[in-house]
Amino acid sequence: MAFQILLNIVLAFVYMFLKVSASPVTFLVGYFFGLLVIFIFRRFFQSRFYLLRIVAVINLFFLFIKELILSNIAVLRVILKPKLDIRPGIFALPTELKEDWEITVLANLITLTPGTLVIDVSDDNKILYVHAMDLADAEEAINSIKQTFEKAIMEVSK
Amino acid sequence: MNVNAIADLFIAFFIIIGAFLSLVTAFGVIRLPDVYTRNHAASKSATLGVMSILIGTFLYFYLIEGHFNSRIILGIAFILVTSPVAGHLISRAAYNSGVELWEKSVQDDLKLSKQTAKKES
Repeated sequence: MAFQILLNIVLAFVYMFLKVSASPVTFLVGYFFGLLVIFIFRRFFQSRFYLLRIVAVINLFFLFIKELILSNIAVLRVILKPKLDIRPGIFALPTELKEDWEITVLANLITLTPGTLVIDVSDDNKILYVHAMDLADAEEAINSIKQTFEKAIMEVSK
Repeated sequence: MNVNAIADLFIAFFIIIGAFLSLVTAFGVIRLPDVYTRNHAASKSATLGVMSILIGTFLYFYLIEGHFNSRIILGIAFILVTSPVAGHLISRAAYNSGVELWEKSVQDDLKLSKQTAKKES
């Protein structure tokens, strides 16, 4: 992916040299044409067309913001409820992600989701230990959320 | 309603929400029973609270004074990235130094795996 971006920048510079102009607008126009060229030649690269991955990263970012707001509302409800009827606990969550950065992003996302907090990652990077604020009603819902997170992260790294 | 009034409304909204969230965080830290649940309150509400106060500040200087301060945006990004990590590290350190969970906690998978690891070693 980094190679494709670098190639795109180089193509933009070639365009600037062809136009004999050093203005940022020329660079942007050249970048756009370079994007087109890379899109046409996408089957010669090992990885995907890099714009798709950038879209996936932006998706992940919006998921992050959405979960942050939702989790705040959930925590607010627990704190402001007059009766303290939460049932906290720690559960194990097996993960399929391999790379270190993927697991870090997943752990950060889980920490920001409603009522969950990562406590430990097992030594072989296969299980995350998550402290949940309200275990009773949450576990199923949380597992489905994790599936969407894992999927979104895999979408970035595939 | 002119543009300035709408801008004022946005700024006031963000700052009030941020202050309210910080207040609720403080309540949560006092009220909740153990380290881990307190950490939930502290690591989530405080993040969004401080972030929205910073967004309100940024909007104030940008829309009213016409001054684009990129340091505030950098601050927002840093808080967003670092505070969940801080929450994770504090609760992990608490667990590893043997702080008990609240007595009404229902499940503890980590304890099991730590015990088996100890037996094997």
